[in-house]
Amino acid sequence: MRRLILATLLFSAGLANAVEAVSAAAPVEVPDTMAERVKPCVACHGLEDKVGRDAYYPRIAGKPKGYLFNQLRSFRDGLRYYQPMTLLLANMTDQYLLEMAAYFSGLKQPFPPPERMAASSAQIKLARQLINQGDPARQIPACIQCHGNELMGTAPFIPGLLGLPRIYMIAQFGAWRNGGLIRGQTADCMSEIAKQLTTEETNAVAAWLAAQPIPENSGPAGTLPVEMARRCGSIVQSATVQ
Amino acid sequence: MKRRIAVVIALLAGLAGLAVMGTSFTLIGASPPGKAANTRKTIFTEQSLSRGAYLARAGNCMGCHTAQSGPAYAGGRSLSTPFGTFITTNITPDKETGIGRWSEEDFWKALHEGKSRDGRPLYPAFPYTEYTKITREDSDSIFAHLQTLAPVAQRNAPSQIKFPYDYQLLLSVWRAVYFKPGVYQPEPGKSAEWNRGAYLVQGLGHCNACHAERNPLGATAGDDALGGGQIMGSNWYAPSLTSGLEAGFAHWRIDEIVQLLTTGVSPQATTSGPMAQVVMESLQHLTKEDARAMAIYLQSLPESNSLSLIKGPAMTEQVQAWFRQGAAIYEKHCQDCHGASGQGAPGVYPPLAGSRSVTMTPPINAIRSVLNGGYPPATMGNPRPYGMPPFAQTLHDGEVALVLSYIRNAWGNHASLVTTAQVDKSREGITLK
Repeated sequence: MRRLILATLLFSAGLANAVEAVSAAAPVEVPDTMAERVKPCVACHGLEDKVGRDAYYPRIAGKPKGYLFNQLRSFRDGLRYYQPMTLLLANMTDQYLLEMAAYFSGLKQPFPPPERMAASSAQIKLARQLINQGDPARQIPACIQCHGNELMGTAPFIPGLLGLPRIYMIAQFGAWRNGGLIRGQTADCMSEIAKQLTTEETNAVAAWLAAQPIPENSGPAGTLPVEMARRCGSIVQSATVQ
Repeated sequence: MKRRIAVVIALLAGLAGLAVMGTSFTLIGASPPGKAANTRKTIFTEQSLSRGAYLARAGNCMGCHTAQSGPAYAGGRSLSTPFGTFITTNITPDKETGIGRWSEEDFWKALHEGKSRDGRPLYPAFPYTEYTKITREDSDSIFAHLQTLAPVAQRNAPSQIKFPYDYQLLLSVWRAVYFKPGVYQPEPGKSAEWNRGAYLVQGLGHCNACHAERNPLGATAGDDALGGGQIMGSNWYAPSLTSGLEAGFAHWRIDEIVQLLTTGVSPQATTSGPMAQVVMESLQHLTKEDARAMAIYLQSLPESNSLSLIKGPAMTEQVQAWFRQGAAIYEKHCQDCHGASGQGAPGVYPPLAGSRSVTMTPPINAIRSVLNGGYPPATMGNPRPYGMPPFAQTLHDGEVALVLSYIRNAWGNHASLVTTAQVDKSREGITLK
């Protein structure tokens, strides 16, 4: 009996050792911060050389909080179609997404250098025209009306347009045109504008925007002109930022 | 047409053969279709209503009966299976498109007998094979709760069931062979807590709907198989809840099982994919008592495999060279969070050393985690989870295969190598849920 007990003890000790061997190293220390929690985001949206193989991912630091929250929520719910984001955000609460939006909104990050201008002088002229004046004949407002005089967005829901990859912007024009990034929220807003624009126009606008330097000490504009707030009402009103 | 009929006859003959051999051959008492609905007005007590809401959560009715970003309980979600695509139905009390005209008797028949209001047999994509264990009282409470929801007018889209499974006779034979209606019967030798757990796991929780392998006719092995299986129409593997090699709980502490079920994370494992959704929408809402009961039952399941069975690949020079490459990828991309010895930060970043999620035979979940990343569910018990970045955009298939092969065989882990082809196949699955 004694031997049996001894054998059992030895055996248990052996097991314990084996388990210990597996977990001998001290647990990784994890800072209790938002920066740590959004590591999955910065794998693609980060500062460093982490733009993947296709340089597609947009910058999100410093964008208006309401805009970011809307995008996160829409990705999660499948209303803005991009499967990698939908998979990443499945089972997140609004509360947590809002916290992530607030984090990135407040994040100060140096902008990347502007892209080389990939547009002819005629295209540049066309882009400037659309961005600053729009085309009243087709009811296309100037970009600056909503996205701010400096094109750095308008708080809290309209994104800035500078510092983004050209091909990302071209892809977004395509998405707006084909039914809208945010289904059900786009009836009167960007999707109508995108549908009016020709491919040549969107290419010119994207090329011009991507080649612009970032104005110093700039950020999102404070308020949306009343007329535009009315036109894009669905985006401005339906989003509730608690 | 002749050929189609021949196929149906052949299948029926095969099924009939199975039926004769099977011991569970039960003919279901057929009730005449279109029988007048029970119009008796029931006064639901407040207690039974809140109980119904709770039970509907525990049964995760909403999980299937809600389309992505659609109105709750209004149906419209597609369940893709080898037998066709099933579109879930509207179970809000809308009179025209939902179950507003149903009686509690009708509802009971659906849950318990797997029959629709008009008497038609239902396809087991609706897990009545498990729900049949639900008591009449619980069924009535759930029904009462559903009847209090705001009615949503949303017509049911027809399911697209493939030939020959669309033949109703075939379904009736299937039911005769594989479906045995019956409320859960408590085991007298076991505690009330254990029996409550068994009731929740086998019945309302319908764990078997995913955690069991299905035969080519879509049937699981029995009441409490829980032996693990690939989830139909998805690129996820629901691990065995009995195997020591997968997600068996025999050696877990009860409080850690409860923690995993109700918060989505635990020191030893983290939920992901479809299970994360189950935790988010259902299990986190369980009472402490019910979660504990489930844990006690799950822990008590007899273990079907032990750890000593796992073998890694033979350590040829080639394999060692692959592991060196895998280790380099690990150091660059994984080590910051999972640690130099795969120790992780238990409860935050899952340990990889000794992790069965890493070493279990089908590597598809591990591949998906690397490709897609993800967060554990943001639950009341873990509202601000830490997450894993997706690597689909930064690593090639070959690199994912190398790093996973290494992780599956480092720090005392042993498992088969992961191939580039396996990773590639999972990439296709990114579009699947």
